[in-house]
Amino acid sequence: MFYLFNAMDLITPDFGLVFWTTLIFLLFWFIAGKFAFKPISEAIKKRGDSINDALNAALKAKEEIKLMQSDNESLLKQAREERASILKEAKEAKDSIIAEASVRAGKLKDEAMAEIEAQKIAAIADVKQKVGQEVSKLALEIAEKIVGKELSTEKDHQALVKSLVDKIKMN
Amino acid sequence: MRRIFFLFIAAIFCIAFNNKLVAQADTHHAITEAHSTDSSVAEHNVPEHKESPVDKIMHHIADANQFHVVTFNGQHIYFPLPCIIYNRTTGKLDAFMSTKLAHDKTYNGYHMHHDRVKPINEEEKIFDFSITKNVFSMLLGVSFLMIILFVVKNAYTRNPNKAPKGIQALIEPIISYIDDDVIKPNLPHKHNQFRPYLLSVFFFILVSNLLGLIPFFPGSANVSGNISFTLTLAAITFILTNVFGNKHYWGHIFAMPGVPKFVLLILTPVEILGMFTKPFSLMMRLFGNITAGHIVVLSLVSLIFILGDNGNSIPGALVGTGFAIPFVLFMSALELLVAFLQAFIFTLLSAIFIGMAVEDNH
Repeated sequence: MFYLFNAMDLITPDFGLVFWTTLIFLLFWFIAGKFAFKPISEAIKKRGDSINDALNAALKAKEEIKLMQSDNESLLKQAREERASILKEAKEAKDSIIAEASVRAGKLKDEAMAEIEAQKIAAIADVKQKVGQEVSKLALEIAEKIVGKELSTEKDHQALVKSLVDKIKMN
Repeated sequence: MRRIFFLFIAAIFCIAFNNKLVAQADTHHAITEAHSTDSSVAEHNVPEHKESPVDKIMHHIADANQFHVVTFNGQHIYFPLPCIIYNRTTGKLDAFMSTKLAHDKTYNGYHMHHDRVKPINEEEKIFDFSITKNVFSMLLGVSFLMIILFVVKNAYTRNPNKAPKGIQALIEPIISYIDDDVIKPNLPHKHNQFRPYLLSVFFFILVSNLLGLIPFFPGSANVSGNISFTLTLAAITFILTNVFGNKHYWGHIFAMPGVPKFVLLILTPVEILGMFTKPFSLMMRLFGNITAGHIVVLSLVSLIFILGDNGNSIPGALVGTGFAIPFVLFMSALELLVAFLQAFIFTLLSAIFIGMAVEDNH
């Protein structure tokens, strides 16, 4: 019975204690809430925001650097490509110039050769003609001189040939 | 190093309780002997004649008007507490220190019975507004908490946006944890309005729980295991829930949407009952857990005196001590966990109850 009494005592709220708990807790709630928890939460939030901002700024800077780096790289690549294309063009130009020059030189040579040939032929022909005339003239003159007389008759021709043959026979 | 410290604490734990119980057991023998010779005042002390460990334990976990510090040479040494008594029968308001009633003295028609002030005339009714052991403990805990919180707050204002240091680094994770895992998920839109209350409740319960775990003078009071304490806090949660409850909350109680009218006849009383069962469960959970922890620790310590036959059997006492030390150690560690857990659960459930009433997210 005594135990039961004690147990009932245990779960019977005590008016005075309820009063003091209420008073102390409300005071604590008011003072701590207003002057400690609120500023602390605000400070934590502010610090969190500032950390967030700093991290975001760092990330942004990193991205900018990356962007700049990729920019540099693309510029470098472009420059390299340009250089290569310029070199290629130059090479092509050189090759085409050489090819053209050689073609033209060949043509010139051929033309020159053809002309030379033609002139040669013409010259030869000319020479042949002139020489032929001269030779025949000279031959006639020589022959006249050698013969010494006019070979006008058949008898003359035979006499001459006979004398010549005789001469040869004597030799 | 930590283990040695822990053992040291445990040893203090045991010694403190042992002394107290042995001393009180001795003096109670003396008192009952004295009373048996003086039959005129013995009447109200009859149940004390053979005080069992159950009475001792119940006495320990109950509130008191004087704070028993230690018993030295058979003399109880009390920390005096102010008594403020309103006598409902005579309409008198009395204020005096508990020393006036210590050691079976009487004053102004009051005497001390089981460490509580009672009128000698048992027909008189009183309201006891005294600064009792529990109120004293609460004031101590709150003062301690205030100092810590203001130190922490000053640390924030002194170095804003810097990493926390020292005590600030101890308190900040607790506040952040409660804020991020309890308050914000349950009160997504109104967390700023209820954060001070929920954090106050958490720290108030936590410091009361932890003070109760200290087994000697400024601690040891069973504050958060007192029904008045838990009743008050649960009532404040109840009041906040119903004062700030929106139309959805009331709608769900009196006219659950999507339910036929005749079912409402059954459902509405259940919902109305639910308004009260929620804070009631808050009250009983905290009270039960903390009181049970105190009772288990005290029971284990009482084993020493039960087996030792109140000092008559040394071997029995030794066996009891060998048994009690590891178990009390274990229970104290468990109670440390429970102290945090129960403060957390009270806060969590308060946040859920308030959140269900004030948030219209469903």
